[in-house]
Amino acid sequence: MTMDELKKIKESYIDERRKEIDEGYISVDVHMGTCGIASGAKNIHLALLEEMGKAAVTNVKLKITGCAGLCSMEPMITVLIPGASPVKYGKLDVKKVREIFYSHILGGHPKVEYAIGHGLESPQKRVGIE
Amino acid sequence: MISSVSRIAYCASSKCKFRKHIDMKGLLKKTLDELGYGERIPLVETDCLISCYQGPSIMFLPGGKVFQVLTEENFTETLKGLFSSLQHPTSPLLSEPRTAKEIPGIESVDFFAKQRLIVLRNRGHIDAENIEEYIAHDGYLGLYKALTAMTPEEVVGEVKTSGLRGRGGAGFPTGRKWDEARKYKTYPKYVICNGDEGDPGAFMDRSVMESDPHAVLEGMIICGYATGANQGYIYVRAEYPLALKMLRTAIVKAREKGFLGRNVMSTGFDFDIEIYPGAGAFVCGESTALMFSVEGKRGMPRTKPPRSTESGLWGKPTCLNNVETFANIPQIIINGGDWFRRIGAEDSTGTKVFSLTGAVKNVGLVEVPMGTDLRTIIFDIGGGIRGNAKFKAVQLGGPSGGCLTEDELHLPVTFDSLQEAGAIMGSGGIVVMDDSNCMVDVARFFTQFCVDESCGKCVPCRVGLKVMLGTLEKIITGKGEPEDLKILEKQAHHIQATSHCGLGQAAPNPVLSTLRYFHHEYEAHIFEKRCPARVCVDLIHFEIDREKCTKCGLCSKVCPVAAITWEKKEYPVLDKEVCIRCKSCIRACKFKAII
Repeated sequence: MTMDELKKIKESYIDERRKEIDEGYISVDVHMGTCGIASGAKNIHLALLEEMGKAAVTNVKLKITGCAGLCSMEPMITVLIPGASPVKYGKLDVKKVREIFYSHILGGHPKVEYAIGHGLESPQKRVGIE
Repeated sequence: MISSVSRIAYCASSKCKFRKHIDMKGLLKKTLDELGYGERIPLVETDCLISCYQGPSIMFLPGGKVFQVLTEENFTETLKGLFSSLQHPTSPLLSEPRTAKEIPGIESVDFFAKQRLIVLRNRGHIDAENIEEYIAHDGYLGLYKALTAMTPEEVVGEVKTSGLRGRGGAGFPTGRKWDEARKYKTYPKYVICNGDEGDPGAFMDRSVMESDPHAVLEGMIICGYATGANQGYIYVRAEYPLALKMLRTAIVKAREKGFLGRNVMSTGFDFDIEIYPGAGAFVCGESTALMFSVEGKRGMPRTKPPRSTESGLWGKPTCLNNVETFANIPQIIINGGDWFRRIGAEDSTGTKVFSLTGAVKNVGLVEVPMGTDLRTIIFDIGGGIRGNAKFKAVQLGGPSGGCLTEDELHLPVTFDSLQEAGAIMGSGGIVVMDDSNCMVDVARFFTQFCVDESCGKCVPCRVGLKVMLGTLEKIITGKGEPEDLKILEKQAHHIQATSHCGLGQAAPNPVLSTLRYFHHEYEAHIFEKRCPARVCVDLIHFEIDREKCTKCGLCSKVCPVAAITWEKKEYPVLDKEVCIRCKSCIRACKFKAII
């Protein structure tokens, strides 16, 4: 591993993300730390997978990440749609996440009532669009 | 515009069904059959698609366009129009019921606004099992910089400049520790990451290991390079299965990419890391006990000196740091020690991750610059006390820490200021308590914890704590005598002065700090035989105060053993013989009529 190889990994990752964003891929981060799992994040993940199967969508990518920090709002997800500010949702259950799936992920209308905030925290950035 | 339809989703909730009395499924089937699409377009039953007051609605997939169903006729028309041209539909496209603008920006959400992320910068953001993603977020850049552009002395120098102090609790300057470990010329040397997070109410290390394990590995490799070690161990509690899994995956991936193993990043430096799951002993979070545990011996602290940096694991120089300390290192190397020094307070630089729990609204992980005052953490970030209760105390530093009152909330959180007030920074657990907590009971809880977790090696901790626990139990059960307070204080000072390791020396802290700030509660227990917070069951009379009672009978309804009898418009009667003192009636009574 040299600096060039390190750079190459970084660039190829960014290229990949950029390509996905250009193609309109919607990314959904499910926050699955121990705290998230304990409050039901696995069911949220399964529900999203199930809905994706039912609706036969191919442009949604689920990503499992760690805890987003706000334990009292778990389980949480973040919906990242290209061209729009990412939206963090909290205190979800299977029913709510289904609503978000159709309204926001497929329809593009954020579910305001379940949203915590939009945007990413200060040092975080969406690799590929900055 | 819709160019193709593969599926149609419709809201099957009862709300939509009854709003217009339209049988959506039947209608859709009928219309599709008429159009000749029949089974070719599957229907998907879903929950609410957009907004109930605009229902019923359907959604075309792919694309996700939503249409409102106004009347049956209109709907059939729409579908027919749509399918004949697959172009402009005649049904109105739903306008956004509520706009995304109503969602606040994350920077204006209280919980996130005042945080400054260094250690947690990748929280909830990257996939911990994807090393490429970590690299894309400047991962392993610090390691590369250290290995290629800096000598070990320079790395140590940079850490010294940063002013970073150990995040495990004691706050020993990390740079000095690394320097000491580097100076000894005995080989092999070791690096150990302490992930044995055992304090009740602390979970920040777990979160770092779960969501950003590579940052910990990177910090350890840099430490290995700086101190001249070739082997690292991560000691993680076995109660953290997800953290273990993430770390294991991370190590395998890092080896594949050449960040671990022989010839790290083609620089000729060898370093490897192994995981050692702990078996659940609190004392194994103490550095020397931890090392014995890794060696396969019984985890008990030993006398210092020699310090671990001189003679640690297997009698070799060992550099042991906390998870959070290591996670800071890559950022310090990338951005420089001066950058880190500018964050935080004078003698405590950088940020600290706290796990904020207890009676606050926003429970979670909080990373703030050192020197932020407790009020900001509890009331701004934490959102204040949950429900209508009042703030009573905040417990910092777990069983080795202490309780502070509202008067101390202005204190900036640094290693030194907290120590002076009788609490400690500890690993960073903040437990907020409201007025439903009895401080004597809290002291008993932590003392019980220390009694359970004492390794038993030295007498003051093993016997002294038991004496303290017995005294506290006496007070709680209403058998307390005035001299018990003196016994407690004397015993606490003895244990502090004569215990062998940090665990024992700090164990009386909860008792001492509650004695200092909540003396009146101890007095109420001893002299008035009364528990002001009504927690200690033996000090509750379980009698009905007729002045406060409104004869509502709720207490009688909730009593699980039917000890309270009540007739309409009569005062309830409590049979003390039957009562099991479960406090259900106290919780149910809105008028505090049960005393």
